[in-house]
Amino acid sequence: MPPESLTCKECHTVYPLDASYVCERCFGPLEVTYASRADVDPAELRRQIQAGPHSIWRYRDFLPLACPPPRDTLPAGWTPLLRADRLAARLGLRELWIKNDAANPTHSFKDRVVAVALARAKELGFQTIACASTGNLANAVAAHAAAAGLDSYVFIPSDLEEQKILATGVYGTTIVAVRGNYDDVNRLCTEVSGEREWAFVNINFRPYYAEGSKTIAYEIAEQLGWQVPDRIVGPIASGSQFTKIARGFEEWIEAGLVAGAVPTMNGAQAEGCSPVATAFAAGHDVCRPVKPDTIAKSLAIGNPADGPYALDLARRTGGGIDAVTDEEIKAGIRLLAETTGIFTETAGGVTTAVLAKLAERGDIDPGERVVAIITGEGLKTLDAVRGTFETVEIEPSYDAFEASVEASSTRPAPAQPVAA
Amino acid sequence: MAIVVKIPTQLRAATGGASSASVEGGTVGEVLDALYEQFGELRERIADDGGLRRFVNVYIGGEDIRFLEGLETPVADGDEVTILPAVAGG
Repeated sequence: MPPESLTCKECHTVYPLDASYVCERCFGPLEVTYASRADVDPAELRRQIQAGPHSIWRYRDFLPLACPPPRDTLPAGWTPLLRADRLAARLGLRELWIKNDAANPTHSFKDRVVAVALARAKELGFQTIACASTGNLANAVAAHAAAAGLDSYVFIPSDLEEQKILATGVYGTTIVAVRGNYDDVNRLCTEVSGEREWAFVNINFRPYYAEGSKTIAYEIAEQLGWQVPDRIVGPIASGSQFTKIARGFEEWIEAGLVAGAVPTMNGAQAEGCSPVATAFAAGHDVCRPVKPDTIAKSLAIGNPADGPYALDLARRTGGGIDAVTDEEIKAGIRLLAETTGIFTETAGGVTTAVLAKLAERGDIDPGERVVAIITGEGLKTLDAVRGTFETVEIEPSYDAFEASVEASSTRPAPAQPVAA
Repeated sequence: MAIVVKIPTQLRAATGGASSASVEGGTVGEVLDALYEQFGELRERIADDGGLRRFVNVYIGGEDIRFLEGLETPVADGDEVTILPAVAGG
């Protein structure tokens, strides 16, 4: 099922599989289309997948590459899907799973999308890859470029978390810190991408890049024993990952690999940057851009490119898009950590807090099988947990231990469910 | 008043390859109308019922016109208007 073309999502004009992302007729986004899978035997396809590597490349039949994937890539994907019974019990749910995408080479789901974009960029002969990033993408682009021996440029907002900047610069990339927010960075990179022969993974390679997020859905389905969950709760920044997860399930249903319907899709945003949640609540089908002000910097996109499609998807599947405050995000990080042992960054706090909100509101039927998408690692946003607990400091003596630690029972109180 | 409009690569087929144009106008809407006068094909590509298609972003000096007064936003001599695709990023 090789990729066939790029097609405009709006007016369906067809383009060759080049480094382009915008329809020249209507400015709509281009998307990869594939040859028909109608005559493929699902059982044979399933066997091929199961015999594949433990990375996103086991799904190469559903990815937009012309050739076998390059060997010198970091092994993205095939992250754990963990059953979260203690968190489920806390929220009054029966069956809850956590897709832990912090367990990727650079500790976020961005390794999936970068691996695909970079592989396609190499096929098209590009020597330099670049991105506009809120942090996680910068980590991934720098690392994957280093692994592949390509030059890279990463453009970030200058106020990004220090951990994300350090974890990018170490790979020997060129970091361009732009004085402005992510949307300013994105505008600048859109201009630069028109003037340089570079593969901007999320601009002129966006159609290929976005396809990488489908592998989250494939893995969930495979890890659940070739079944589709009832509901997905995941973060929304640009809306690309959110819509491509649904597309992944849709493709596998069409290919006969799984039965059922696309899950109910619930999106999660931070109140300080919630253009999609706001449009959802107002019944609008386009998003009004906002100036982000939230601790969830990895989701701080005020002008979300796939906003209209995320809105349509949430409505079409009976889901929704909710927003949570910075305090709820911090509580969400603690709740996930204390009930599952997974330490996520602020974006995962947003997702967990929205999951808690949905459960509390009674939106989730207790019989549902729910999967929450945790997209990144807590060590990258340490400020979000600073000051949320105390340590007991003592002299190195048994008496001091007994007197201070056991007697005062200063163990941190268990996290409370996030208030709605 | 002369306003410089920067044309993205995807639209340069409609401007004979020009990457910018200098036009007159007192608002963003008037500037775009003047641009359409110069390059007729641009109108059908980015305009929609008098407004802009939903995947078109327009900036003045780097600021999205939706944070200003949209097509009614006043422009002054020497301002730079930039047209860009909205589908990037994320």
